[in-house]
Amino acid sequence: MKYVDEYRDPQRARQLADSIRRTVTRPWQIMEVCGGQTHSILRFAIDESLPPEITLIHGPGCPVCVTPIEILDKALAIAARPEVIFCSFGDMLRVPGSEKDLFTVKSEGGDVRVVYSPMDALTLARKNPEREVVFFAVGFETTAPANAMAVAQAARLGIKNFSILVSHVLVPPAIEAIMTSPDCRVQGFLAAGHVCAVMGMGEYEPLAKKYRVPIVVTGFEPLDILHGIEMCVRQLEEGRAEVENQYARSVRPEGNPAAIRQVCEVFEVSSRKWRGIGEIPRSGFQLRSEYEPFDAARRFGVDQITADEPAECIAGLVLQGQKKPHECPAFGLRCTPERPLGAPMVSSEGACAAYYRYRRRRPEGEADER
Amino acid sequence: MCLGIPGRVLEVYEQDSLPMGKVDFNGIVKEACLAYTPEAEVGDYVLIHVGFAISRIDEQEAAEIFQYLDEIEAAGMAEEMAQVDREAAAGGGEAKP
Ligand code: SF4
Repeated sequence: MKYVDEYRDPQRARQLADSIRRTVTRPWQIMEVCGGQTHSILRFAIDESLPPEITLIHGPGCPVCVTPIEILDKALAIAARPEVIFCSFGDMLRVPGSEKDLFTVKSEGGDVRVVYSPMDALTLARKNPEREVVFFAVGFETTAPANAMAVAQAARLGIKNFSILVSHVLVPPAIEAIMTSPDCRVQGFLAAGHVCAVMGMGEYEPLAKKYRVPIVVTGFEPLDILHGIEMCVRQLEEGRAEVENQYARSVRPEGNPAAIRQVCEVFEVSSRKWRGIGEIPRSGFQLRSEYEPFDAARRFGVDQITADEPAECIAGLVLQGQKKPHECPAFGLRCTPERPLGAPMVSSEGACAAYYRYRRRRPEGEADER
Repeated sequence: MCLGIPGRVLEVYEQDSLPMGKVDFNGIVKEACLAYTPEAEVGDYVLIHVGFAISRIDEQEAAEIFQYLDEIEAAGMAEEMAQVDREAAAGGGEAKP
């Protein structure tokens, strides 16, 4: 496939790894923010092709993983209602709530459906006017334009039996939370290319300055990630802390103005709870008051549900890059993709699932760590 | 869910007053909303995420990395040649095989 295959060329990848090896003179810790990048890194063993000086820390950029358990509980309560068709991206179905997951609700008779796009949920609402169709609007900035459009279209077309359960989070406040944590080990960031394709790079300049940390907007294919690492290492070695764009084929500095306009029309910034991390101020989206009628949490009165994370899952530490997945005592034993304890074991973009799938099935101590 | 997939625009049309398109992913054709890439024309590659084109892929920018790699390869080769020359000079004209 064009724009995919050529960015997976192993020989080219080796060239970049060599270039990194020639550039690096001392240890550096770089965080890839996005779960899609974590998945690529494990799948193509990119971390193993790097010189030993470079440690990749896996960041919080998997929307499934950071969705707090109480939103899951709200989703489960809504999905169990007989009048509801509950639509979700497939990877949310196995994420454990306090007592069950969406799969269980489905097996108990709930009408839970996997859709590819929020627009599919809107189509379902038009076809089933006697039912209530709810879309589980989970995601980072990348997904927000799609969810915003679904709501705006529902308003325009007067589709009253459609609503969304919003769990939208934002990358820059997460970077800020990581940098201000006293245990922070991160010296450079690979920012999430697709998030920046939507929102642009403007929000990252003040972060790079304030925390004196290089931020390289990076794509998802092996060559992209290696190139992003190379650019980041070069900045670190030269003592620079700038925002650079590795993924210029899809990311313009200003982002996507049409998408930003639509997102800002429907959503406003709000504080959000992150699974395992807790509340981060101004770190997500909620519907603007004009669009409140489309808020499923209000429509179904589940606003008040709260819940705590299971104690055994150390997802918070994993998502902040303070622990690797296989350092979790439950990893591969009491927590597997078939029976996940925490969200990072569910999604293919979750660090725990990526480690389980591609490597280190059992916690083998330090032997397999560099 | 954060993955975006590049696909080629085959056809552009309007539906419920939204610009839509048929997009080809290596033989698999899907419908996508093109409201956020009004500049995309038939034949262009766009990045599709959950049924929406979020960016038009810039062909020239896409080639950059390969030009850069060609350059560092050429630079590496030149460096090697210079090394051979230096060794040759030091060894009294005996170039290593
Ligand atoms: S391995 Fe399972 S229990 Fe441990 S942090 Fe990951 S998701 Fe949580």
